[in-house]
Amino acid sequence: MSKEIIKIENLKREFIMGTETVHALKGISFTIKEGEFVTIMGSSGSGKSTLLNILGCLDQPSFGTFEIDGLIVKDLSRNESATIRNEKIGFIFQSYNLLSRTSALENVELPLLYNCKISSQERRKRAIESLKMVGLADRMDHTPSQLSGGQQQRVAIARSLINNPVMILADEATGNLDTRTSYEIMSVLQDLNKQGITIIFVTHEPDIASFSNRTIMLRDGNIIDDYINTNIRSAKDRLAKLPKQED
Amino acid sequence: MRLLNLLKIAFKAIVLNKMRTLLTMLGIIIGVASVITMLAIGEGSKESIRTAISSLGSNIIAIKPGADVRGGVRRSRTEMESLTLKDYEAIKEKATLLTYITPVVDGGGQVINGSNNWPTSIIGVNSDYLNIKVWELNNGSMFTDIDVKSAAKVAVIGKTIVENIFPDGTNPVGEMIRFNNIPFLVIGVLAEKGENTGGQDQDDIFIAPYTTVQKRILAIDHLMEITGSAVSEAEAQNAVDEVGEILRSQHQLIDNEEDDFHVRSMDELITTFSSTSEMLTLLLVAVASISLLIGGIGIMNIMYISVKERTKEIGLRMAIGAKGSDILLQFLIESILISITGGLLGVILGMGATFFIETFFHWPTYIALYSIIISFAVCVITGIFFGWYPARKASALDPITALRYE
Repeated sequence: MSKEIIKIENLKREFIMGTETVHALKGISFTIKEGEFVTIMGSSGSGKSTLLNILGCLDQPSFGTFEIDGLIVKDLSRNESATIRNEKIGFIFQSYNLLSRTSALENVELPLLYNCKISSQERRKRAIESLKMVGLADRMDHTPSQLSGGQQQRVAIARSLINNPVMILADEATGNLDTRTSYEIMSVLQDLNKQGITIIFVTHEPDIASFSNRTIMLRDGNIIDDYINTNIRSAKDRLAKLPKQED
Repeated sequence: MRLLNLLKIAFKAIVLNKMRTLLTMLGIIIGVASVITMLAIGEGSKESIRTAISSLGSNIIAIKPGADVRGGVRRSRTEMESLTLKDYEAIKEKATLLTYITPVVDGGGQVINGSNNWPTSIIGVNSDYLNIKVWELNNGSMFTDIDVKSAAKVAVIGKTIVENIFPDGTNPVGEMIRFNNIPFLVIGVLAEKGENTGGQDQDDIFIAPYTTVQKRILAIDHLMEITGSAVSEAEAQNAVDEVGEILRSQHQLIDNEEDDFHVRSMDELITTFSSTSEMLTLLLVAVASISLLIGGIGIMNIMYISVKERTKEIGLRMAIGAKGSDILLQFLIESILISITGGLLGVILGMGATFFIETFFHWPTYIALYSIIISFAVCVITGIFFGWYPARKASALDPITALRYE
């Protein structure tokens, strides 16, 4: 019944390194429906970064089809893929990638600066809304250096939300954070997912995968497992159970 | 809309990196300021050289009788009486390229004051003569048009005559002297000129109204020469042609008849003048281009480093949807903004420095509008030119590599 946002069929990605051809993805297929919270897991070299780049329209498949929100991503020009990234995808990175010495609000507004269909009033309004959704309404004027790691990542989440993307693509988004903050971020993402936002989370931590409702396991460029998580943990509960921080 | 957004982004990047921006601008600021100051000094010197050369009479036009052939015999110019006051009046009325013009008659004789005497030549002219020769009076005044009309017996004399007939140092102005027994009242003394390029003593001169000289000394009614000054050195040759036309119609010469006069300009002086000012201009342009080139390379350096330093930021911008052209424009706008601001500050600094030099060193300076416009335009163009390469490099980055860049 829900719309299929991502449709991948027999997707292959090959890199030519000198005389050798490296098969990073060896023909994988899966679909992701609207409203899912999927984790893509795998150790390094499993092809998850390659998959992430393709999902994020930063890279294109060598063979097979990849559809995002009904658009077939194949042989797109740099400008066409930039427009898809700008309108369909929200990125969250391990190292936040916020602009330094720039307020949270302006950081969140950034993607819309590259979309000339949106007026500056609309941009400001949406940025404020996004920051409210991640609970940073009172930190709008703070620059990244005045924010903790968790808060910075929440600004990054707000930034990924501002263009109303069809999915949020998170790349090891908790990799730089301690357990408590990781859980905070996961609880923000779980809340957003409950509001219907599709999230694809690439990670190598099994702990994180338990917060999602589906896990795709990759190894050596193949999917070795793709299962629905029946026992979704609540990040909020886990957070409550952690020993109180002493400060 | 898109440009406005990119302008905002570029402006933000500049403001966030004040120190870097200032250092980048410094090259342009110093470049533009030094160009303006140097051009101002150069123009000032050019102006004083122009005045110096002009004072040699580089724009003088001399009209003499000539080429008069009677029965196959060419006659010397002094024998000919083909230049008349009517010619002078016609030229004075019709010529548009002459500033001053005077009839000239001359003759030799003895100047006497009491027991002192000195052989010299008398030259009869009108009151324009000193302006044509660019000579100045040391003492007293030049005779006027009224003196000319009334053929007054007044004289302006040079320093050599003063020294020889007033050996005791009396002020000659107001004294009566005689030239060939005709009494003259000395009304002015010329400033010392020394010898001219031909080795003639220019201070050995006795100037009187041409009417006086014609009637009382030479007893003639034709002119020996007509001398004028062209509006500028550049127009000298045109003035020569114009005067030729006027005289031909005045003398009613038909198509293939030879001129019965000569019109000459000071070719050698004019050549010196124009080659000097060309050299100066070339020198200034060379210095200016080097300064601006260095400023431009400064921009390229910093923009290049800036692109390297912000690789990760560029990766992020691309990941969230910036197109290659967005990145290109952002960096290009940055370098243009830097060069425009630097250029403006440079203009202000340059004008300040020029003022300082003029006030404290008393050098002649002149800020030409063209120097401001050119240096400003060149600095903006260098900004675009040298900003292009790093901007191009930034826009061609692969977002995946850029995002992982540490």
